[in-house]
Amino acid sequence: MSDRVSVAKTYKLYIGGAFPRSESGRVYAVTDSRGGFLANAAQASRKDARDAVAAARKAFPGWSGATAYNRGQVLYRVAELLEGRREQFVREVAASEGVKHAESVVNAAIDRWVWYAGWTDKVATVLGASNPVAGPYFSFSVPEPTGVVAALAPQSSSLLGLVSVVAPVIATGNTCVVVSSQNRPLPAITLSEVLATSDVPGGVVNVLTGRTGELAPWLASHADVNALDLTGAPESIRAELERAAAGTVKRVSRAGRGGEPDWTREPGVDRLRAVLETKTVWHPMGV
Amino acid sequence: MSGEPMSWEYAPAPESRDIANLKPAYRMFVDGKFVDGTGEPLKTINPATEEVLAEVATASKADIDTAVRAARRAYDKVWGRMPGAERAKYVFRIARLIQERTRELAVLESLDNGKPIKESRDVDVPTAAAHFFYHAGWADKLGHAGYGPNPRPLGVAGQVIPWNFPLLMAAWKIAPALACGNTVVLKPAETTPLTALVLAEICQQADLPAGVVNILPGAGDVGAELVNHAGVDKVAFTGSTEVGKLIQRSLAGTGKKLTLELGGKAANIVFDDAPLDQAVEGIVNGIFFNQGHVCCAGSRLLVQESVADELLAKLRYRVSTLRLGDPLDKNTDVGAINSKAQLDKIRELTESGDSEGAQKWTSPCPMPDKGFFFAPTVFSDVQQSMRIAREEIFGPVLSVLTFRTPEEAVAKANNTPYGLSAGIWTEKGSRILWTAQRMRAGVVWANTFNRFDPTAPFGGYQESGFGREGGRAGLEAYLDV
Amino acid sequence: MATPAATELSEVTRDDASLRRFLHGLPGVDQVGVEQRAAGLGTRSIKKAAKLFAIDTAISMVDLTTLEGADTPGKVRTLAAKARRPDPDYPDVPHVGAVCVYPDLVEVAVTALAGSGVGVASVATAFPSGRSNLGVKLADTEMAVHAGASEIDMVIDRGAFLSGRYGRVFDEIVAVKAACGDAHLKVILETGELSTYDNVRRASWLALLAGGDFIKTSTGKVTPAATLPVTHVMLQAVRDWWERTGQLRGVKPAGGIRTTKDAIRYLVAVHEVAGPEWLSPELFRFGASSLLNDLLMQRRAQIEGHYSGPDYVTVD
Repeated sequence: MSDRVSVAKTYKLYIGGAFPRSESGRVYAVTDSRGGFLANAAQASRKDARDAVAAARKAFPGWSGATAYNRGQVLYRVAELLEGRREQFVREVAASEGVKHAESVVNAAIDRWVWYAGWTDKVATVLGASNPVAGPYFSFSVPEPTGVVAALAPQSSSLLGLVSVVAPVIATGNTCVVVSSQNRPLPAITLSEVLATSDVPGGVVNVLTGRTGELAPWLASHADVNALDLTGAPESIRAELERAAAGTVKRVSRAGRGGEPDWTREPGVDRLRAVLETKTVWHPMGV
Repeated sequence: MSGEPMSWEYAPAPESRDIANLKPAYRMFVDGKFVDGTGEPLKTINPATEEVLAEVATASKADIDTAVRAARRAYDKVWGRMPGAERAKYVFRIARLIQERTRELAVLESLDNGKPIKESRDVDVPTAAAHFFYHAGWADKLGHAGYGPNPRPLGVAGQVIPWNFPLLMAAWKIAPALACGNTVVLKPAETTPLTALVLAEICQQADLPAGVVNILPGAGDVGAELVNHAGVDKVAFTGSTEVGKLIQRSLAGTGKKLTLELGGKAANIVFDDAPLDQAVEGIVNGIFFNQGHVCCAGSRLLVQESVADELLAKLRYRVSTLRLGDPLDKNTDVGAINSKAQLDKIRELTESGDSEGAQKWTSPCPMPDKGFFFAPTVFSDVQQSMRIAREEIFGPVLSVLTFRTPEEAVAKANNTPYGLSAGIWTEKGSRILWTAQRMRAGVVWANTFNRFDPTAPFGGYQESGFGREGGRAGLEAYLDV
Repeated sequence: MATPAATELSEVTRDDASLRRFLHGLPGVDQVGVEQRAAGLGTRSIKKAAKLFAIDTAISMVDLTTLEGADTPGKVRTLAAKARRPDPDYPDVPHVGAVCVYPDLVEVAVTALAGSGVGVASVATAFPSGRSNLGVKLADTEMAVHAGASEIDMVIDRGAFLSGRYGRVFDEIVAVKAACGDAHLKVILETGELSTYDNVRRASWLALLAGGDFIKTSTGKVTPAATLPVTHVMLQAVRDWWERTGQLRGVKPAGGIRTTKDAIRYLVAVHEVAGPEWLSPELFRFGASSLLNDLLMQRRAQIEGHYSGPDYVTVD
């Protein structure tokens, strides 16, 4: 083709809709599956995690207050944009994961956004209820987002796994701080670029790259985090993270215990339910 | 005629204590039999008189192990395999037996707990029966509950319940567990073990297979031992946020499924267009029902400034008509505080309200000479920063704060680590829905308060716990999903 | 001297629009809430001396009523005798509050009750429908007053009320009040036709603003007549009125109260919703006929220690 020297990308964090470097100034080398250098990724610090939680909290009222129809369209738009950058993702996933079938993985990731986009305005129908209480009251229960969710993305599946973790969190109106796969962070940052140019408001998804074991305890103990998804947590620190989460009674999703799930299977509603609260409302019926 | 108001003293109308069939000693219930515990027996007292009611066996570590093994056997051999339709019939039987023994259970509950007989009779016991009746019907319909075609039970549930609604909390725990096919080891609260042990008797009368339900009285150490027992698959706890955190911490890494129903500091928001007289009733019900020993009590009254004076005047008059005294008297509205320790805690927090500058008003009701009683108390001029606005008092003490705009009401209501319940009083429908949507709380009562029903999921946001009890949503806690 | 509150209240009656603003500005009444409160308070268990006190108090509050087309002087005299001495075997039984009759029989009642302390109440104003012109209603009232009635039970124009012509209802009550002279005025709201508790509250305030000494639930000719929750709303209104103006006004539930148990539930409501001040025949009455005999039977049961029977009280 040509001898042109390509422009190399600087991989940064994604916080509050912006792409800052780590406040710590640290980076770490990311290699491909054969050990070849790919890029330097920002190595986020606890302060970056703190900023990401603050950004997620700030974005929560607007995102949770958006209509389900609107959120559905926003998620679908992510799929559209992802489709447009399909080849870039295929290259990155192939490099990161060393898989032969990167294309099918990317296809599945795109389709997963579509799947969850369709859930935004159905989950309340499926998980909500009108309660036939024994009295002159109208009582109903609606699922509501739990708030700010800290998610540890799976370590192996750098894109499909990541999407499978993030999409249900934001489909339900939560905002998210996600720690990408430690050794395979590049698709996560490229996904951030998609999110930044899509209609997902800044702060709804915040992506940290770096050492999972360093960042996770700060997120697990952060008092303004409502739920913790341990999917990508190393076995060695899972119990410690659960203990830290108990400090403010966080909802802890223990997915990924004993190995990474098979991301190609249809997810079901488990991940939606895990980040939803049930709110029951009562009102008397009278004249 | 004379201008002097006539004085109408209601004569005592006590429910007969004999109805409770109180026994001098109660034993624990393990593997279908009442057995002596090897723990140090406890003495449960009547908080209204400070007299000992009965001696109650408690469980040792070995007893807990025996009970968990019995529950495991029952799960493996009988209950876990039984068709749902058959399980249902046992649970229905329990519901019916509770209904038949309502009066006995109500009197016993009031004796042991100190709550007014009208509440144990009209709320606790009927609602307990309703929970069994409701969940019984689920046992053979779990495939329709939205958790897949054949959701499986978890196994052995270790359940620890509080002293504020002893029988009702046992029902909230046991009924869904059994309906879903789990077996149960339940620890009632140290100060209120009696009705749970009568419930054990009811399980016997219902011919429930041995080991399906086991009841182990004891203090906190028994609870800790139970939830940490390796043979327990699922833990359900209702109680303080402090203990809830300890349990969540201690279960970390074990993979045991956990649900927590913890404390609260609910805001009861009264807008200027509220139906004021019913709002007053709701406020009274919200904080003085069960002496305020209610995790979802409306302990923070947020009233719009423009109606604050009028509302407070009405509220004080209404509170002054509350009749405090003998829990067995059918006319008692406010009974005894459950324990000396709780009374001390209420006193301590009330003193902090005084010292932090809130205005205290106390009902002029006559106080009994003995027993643990605390007169209904209303603090006005309370600020967000005061302890009485932030900490759960778990007693008949209301903190009144004011607000100017709906936004301010919402901000103040949500400004707490808790999130169990909230109240909204306004005649404007759209404002109800607007406010309800913004409440970070698991139960929102609009123009009512403290309503409970087995069909309506109950549970908290944030530090008020996780998981729901009641309704379809409540089944999740007892299914392997 | 007019208090600031009274001045403020006189402003609200200036015209239809002011009245409407005021009445519609009153706090709403939540049906489920008030019914629950009434049912809850209805579970009070009144025993022994408290029950005896309640029975005697209730007897003293009965407006012993006969409002039939078949009424005769003889029937009224029978009732008057019962009113004076409800239980011949127990002279300590208090006399009832009043005897309530149609205007043409007032004179008979006044004569029969002379010196007894029992009031004579007369319905008036085209009772029970109120469907006539003001001239007829005032003539009706004046006839009863002239014949010696000490209490007038008027009906409001429900049609006018329901169509929002509050000024018309107000003016009519004011006019009847003026025609009453020294007689006390009870204003019948006919709550069974008002449909909502919000309307009951508004009508209560309208009657109080217009000078009614009592607000009364019903004529007894419409179903439902008196109910506990309606009475709660009205008791709340007189308490609120007292809080605002310092004036004590009365409440009279009428129709459908037949048993001692019912009467005691009402008295508990009087005691706890309005306050102990209202536990007096000057501020609370029962419009009833068969209630009295049940009160007497229950009174005997309390005193004699065994249940009584209908042959031991007089059928009048």
